[in-house]
Amino acid sequence: MSNVLVIAEQSRGTLRKATLSALTAAREVARRTGGGVSALVLGSGAGAAAEELAAHGVPVRLADAPVLAHPLAEAHAPVVAEAARAAGASWVVTAATSYGKDLLPRAAVALGAAVATEVLAIAGDGGEILLRRPMWAGNVIAEVELRTAVKAFSVRPTEFAPAARAPGGSVTPMAVAVDAASLGTRFVELQEVKSERPELTDARVVVAGGRGTKGDFGPLSALADDLGAAVGASRAAVDAGWVPNDWQVGQTGKVVAPDLYVAAGISGAIQHVAGMKGAKVIVAINKDADAPIFQIADYGLVADLFQAVPALRERLKAG
Amino acid sequence: MPLKLLVTVKRVEDPESRIKAKPDGSGIVTDGVNYKMNPFDEIAVEEALRLKEKHGGEVVVASLGGAAAMTELRAALAMGADRGLLVRHDGALDPGIVSALLQALVAAERPDLVMLGKQAIDDDQNQAGQMLAARLGWPQATFASKKESLESEAEQKKQPGVAVAADGKRALVVREVDGGVETLEVALPAVVTVDLRLNKPRFASLPGIMKAKKKEVREIPAASLGVELAPSVVVRRLLDPPRRQAGVKVADVAELWTRLHAEAKVL
Repeated sequence: MSNVLVIAEQSRGTLRKATLSALTAAREVARRTGGGVSALVLGSGAGAAAEELAAHGVPVRLADAPVLAHPLAEAHAPVVAEAARAAGASWVVTAATSYGKDLLPRAAVALGAAVATEVLAIAGDGGEILLRRPMWAGNVIAEVELRTAVKAFSVRPTEFAPAARAPGGSVTPMAVAVDAASLGTRFVELQEVKSERPELTDARVVVAGGRGTKGDFGPLSALADDLGAAVGASRAAVDAGWVPNDWQVGQTGKVVAPDLYVAAGISGAIQHVAGMKGAKVIVAINKDADAPIFQIADYGLVADLFQAVPALRERLKAG
Repeated sequence: MPLKLLVTVKRVEDPESRIKAKPDGSGIVTDGVNYKMNPFDEIAVEEALRLKEKHGGEVVVASLGGAAAMTELRAALAMGADRGLLVRHDGALDPGIVSALLQALVAAERPDLVMLGKQAIDDDQNQAGQMLAARLGWPQATFASKKESLESEAEQKKQPGVAVAADGKRALVVREVDGGVETLEVALPAVVTVDLRLNKPRFASLPGIMKAKKKEVREIPAASLGVELAPSVVVRRLLDPPRRQAGVKVADVAELWTRLHAEAKVL
């Protein structure tokens, strides 16, 4: 059997959109192998997320128990392995979010599965499936074969369109045998970055700043608010402590693919570009005409962001 | 309680080097490429050294690979690590093999904490630490960071971000996760993988470099560790990524707006 199991991600009963991209990738694998796709939702009070996922035409196993309330890999991995066995899955797929990256390799060991991470595309023909994934910060794309009986991969959500709603789904509860007392990991707290703005990875427009902001993200935040955009940052700006970690766009931060990406005061290090080159339109605003960001920008403006960004806001208002 | 810390050190291409696939896709072009310690591993070494400075103990650094990896082990010893292990293997590795070899080292060394970079900047897999924790049945805390910035006073004072309890039985680890900063408590022994903002690694001092030359590095043939060495993640070929073409330079904000509005139709 070549069934495919999708590990979903949810928080307080809300399904994360990245899961729908993983579902699309899973269906692409199943189409080639002739297997069926099912999904697994883990959590406590996660029923609404399971229903939401089922509304995309997929049978969902729901592992709902207090011991799964927090996304601890140590607690979740054995449940993933058990569900994969129950589903007769030879493929396990999840989104390359911090949850998926933490969990999947741990669960894979229990299944004897090899793992490919951050998969961008599925290639190969006939029964052979090759997975394309970035290496060397995206400077090279590798075509990878997994040689274990059970195989696992995480997908970069920006590379697979979210699955559409469809009939035919269902939710079936699954017993959870994890003993809380046996866990060596305890959740202490989550300091959430609260924002009125859209999530970086979901936003249609991203306005990002780097070293050139000198720590003043005021003009960029104002432009972002005018555009209903998310605010991103280069690693330099995050490392300096100017903005939260959660804002970092790049190979080691968030990978985004908005319709419009405005990079202001960002030089364009490879590391950063790896996280935003999937944007449809890239605008670069930088004082340094030789900044590498101009080599990948669709529209480059050599200017001081502290003059150009407020001027752009004025022009926007004028319509 | 003194801590025994095992830290991985991988030899990788310098991130400042220009990396591209060979035309036949069989590997990368290595002409003019420099090598150094994986930057994430450097952060792991730094964190282990800070923990040793606070709690006492020993920092053992381990590398898996060819003889050339001795350079990176010496670099870690020059930073202050106590001794090295070089698991010699000249063939291809994958995270399954790496985690199995590390498991064998853990069985021999019995560390309280294994610290690894969250990923190596060559193959960018981000798997070995999680797989090692799974094999050992130990807790894992991936993507370790800290709440204070790299410009903070805590960082100036070189305080460890991983907070190990005085009795050496537990540690608090702050993690970078989507949507915020999470804190986990793990029972030791445990596996911790480190992210970028945990610390700023120290530079090796000249006396440190001199001392490193005399420190013990034991070579262990990979084949002696009872691990199946056939990779199950096999790279069939390497491709160039799709390139973005440079666009146009606009004269001013007015032209930028016009282009975005009328041409690209994104505003």
